[in-house]
Amino acid sequence: MSADRVSYTLDSTLETVNNAEETATRMATEAGFDDEEVMKISMAVREAAVNAVLHGNAYDPSKKVTLAFERTDDDLVIVIRDQGKGLDPEKIPDPLAPDNLMKTSGRGIFLIRSFMDVVEIHPSQTGTELKMIKHVHGNPADSKEAPQ
Amino acid sequence: MSMKSSTRQVDGVTIVDLSGRITLGEGSVVLRDTVRDLLSKGQKKILLNLGDVNYIDSSGIGELVSAFTTAKNQGGELKLLNLTKKVHDLLQITKLYTVFDVKDDETAAVKSFSS
Repeated sequence: MSADRVSYTLDSTLETVNNAEETATRMATEAGFDDEEVMKISMAVREAAVNAVLHGNAYDPSKKVTLAFERTDDDLVIVIRDQGKGLDPEKIPDPLAPDNLMKTSGRGIFLIRSFMDVVEIHPSQTGTELKMIKHVHGNPADSKEAPQ
Repeated sequence: MSMKSSTRQVDGVTIVDLSGRITLGEGSVVLRDTVRDLLSKGQKKILLNLGDVNYIDSSGIGELVSAFTTAKNQGGELKLLNLTKKVHDLLQITKLYTVFDVKDDETAAVKSFSS
């Protein structure tokens, strides 16, 4: 199995959010996803970066965001970590619930889950790790030969 | 590309032509300031033309909700016009498509506001 991995350490700024999105767009395009899938992946990464910078690190200049992309034969795996208090996945409200529908925030994780195939949230006392996986579908370069 | 906003009046309705990205930061601020400015001037029939909005994130969606609620709370009406497929799909999956009054014809949209 071949794998390519790149990682970045980024400041807790709005610029990081935009850079993360642009990098995701490039990585997803290079991985062979179509335009719609690229948009979904880049948006998921943007939302994850917003969570890390705003809600995790709260723009604290002493805290960093790390962003890693790994391309395997079957998947694009993206991991983003912050150094915040840790996001408890059990406490994320459902933005589709009637009481939450008209709230002006709280849709980021929902969109990430809508756009990616696998989403794992790993909170700890030193921050939150968000792992997102998008399966590579229909890429001729990744097609497996049928067993003989 | 950041967001641009311009306004025009048609039969008592203020049409806000938006273009670019409504995202955390500048885009959301432009939308917020534009709507608040219109409401403060008593222009309470607002039609947001999103035909040239090519990207919106969760912050932008939140800003649309805020604009809708703010207008409604001040006795106004805010409707959406010419959604791109991306924005349409986002409003669908967030179940907001049926909350907003969405139009695809400007003339009919203008006429739909209460007199």
